[in-house]
Amino acid sequence: MSFNSHKLLQKQKKNILELWMKNQLADEGLREDLISNEDLRAQSEELISSLVNNLTSDDMEDLDGDNWNPVIEILGGIAITRARQGFSPRETGRFVFSLKDALLTVLQKEIADAKTLFEESSKISRVMDNLSIITFETFIKGREEVILRQTDEIAEISTPVIRVWDGILALPIIGTLDSSRTQIVMENLLQEIVETGSSIAILDISGVPAVDSLVAQHLIKTVSATRLMGAECIISGIRPEIAQTVVHLGIDLSNIITKASLATALAYAFKVLRLEVKRTTITKN
Amino acid sequence: MIISLSKDNIQVIREQDVVLLRNRVKEVAVKIKMGLVNQTKLITAASELLRNMLRYGGGGFCLIEIVSKGRDNGVRLTFTDKGPGIPDLSLAMKDGYSTGRSLGLGLPGAKRLVNEFDLKSKVGEGTTVMILKWANG
Repeated sequence: MSFNSHKLLQKQKKNILELWMKNQLADEGLREDLISNEDLRAQSEELISSLVNNLTSDDMEDLDGDNWNPVIEILGGIAITRARQGFSPRETGRFVFSLKDALLTVLQKEIADAKTLFEESSKISRVMDNLSIITFETFIKGREEVILRQTDEIAEISTPVIRVWDGILALPIIGTLDSSRTQIVMENLLQEIVETGSSIAILDISGVPAVDSLVAQHLIKTVSATRLMGAECIISGIRPEIAQTVVHLGIDLSNIITKASLATALAYAFKVLRLEVKRTTITKN
Repeated sequence: MIISLSKDNIQVIREQDVVLLRNRVKEVAVKIKMGLVNQTKLITAASELLRNMLRYGGGGFCLIEIVSKGRDNGVRLTFTDKGPGIPDLSLAMKDGYSTGRSLGLGLPGAKRLVNEFDLKSKVGEGTTVMILKWANG
């Protein structure tokens, strides 16, 4: 006759929770700044209830079974919130592993026979190991979501269109210019040209670390699109090493107006618009 | 004789890896005191080949080595992919030829930017490109 560890665990649910909480609170990695003890307790209780209830099923080894779905759901929810709250992987791991400790301690206390104890312990271990793997998968997924969101935010904030003068727009590009980035840059620029009725746009690439043929192709496309809108596009911020590289690569930028710095590009734009910047002499009254 | 002083193999599978690898190449180039112009040339060549590898070869590996020959130090990069391979090497090395609607300057441009360039490809098996840039070359 096989021993029914699930019945035992159900009976000992309270004990397990107490033991687990004690483990967690004693752990030096406890993050009271991120989660209050009450919340932690509620979280733990929910997980234990669902876990113990599902242990009643015979398929303790088959973690793909439908019976496990509620447990996995709860655990996944906890892992994702933890990832967002900024828990470290170690802290999240401790959360699950300390439960395993608590379960094994209870088993050890209640089962006298060594053979049964070993069998039941390894069963519980397997279950908990599987659950830990799921926790980590979800935790990492949660982290990746955070990164993706940040990437989107960076893409949005890093392409500002600045009105430097009436009729002159400047667009400092910082970082690598890839296809999706170019799309955003182009959209923002063309939209701003329409809204402000500007006739000159300055693309400053001082902050672009390397100009390879793909980046150059994107720049050429942006310039062509700007010209179609009836505005002139100047590319500024070409550093000496970039100029040499572009020449060696064989990229033809000769029909684009390029300047070394944003200042010279602005001076050129003033000249085109027939504007003059003058130093005034202050006359004392 | 060229001696390899350090080796670092990096897997490239996503477009984000290009930035990562470029930074690694830059670190290595700075370490051997390569000038800014040569650094930029090397990084740009690496960037071209990486993009090719991602676009046509479906990703692969990049081996970054610091090499030394006599008094000269240099950086050697070897890009290996298991993609479809290049059927006509001389056509691929021609300026302005591209099967993918790009400028067609990647391979020939990269060759002009470095000191040594070696392209091997077998249709159906993959492509290996080796580039070498000396610190004072």
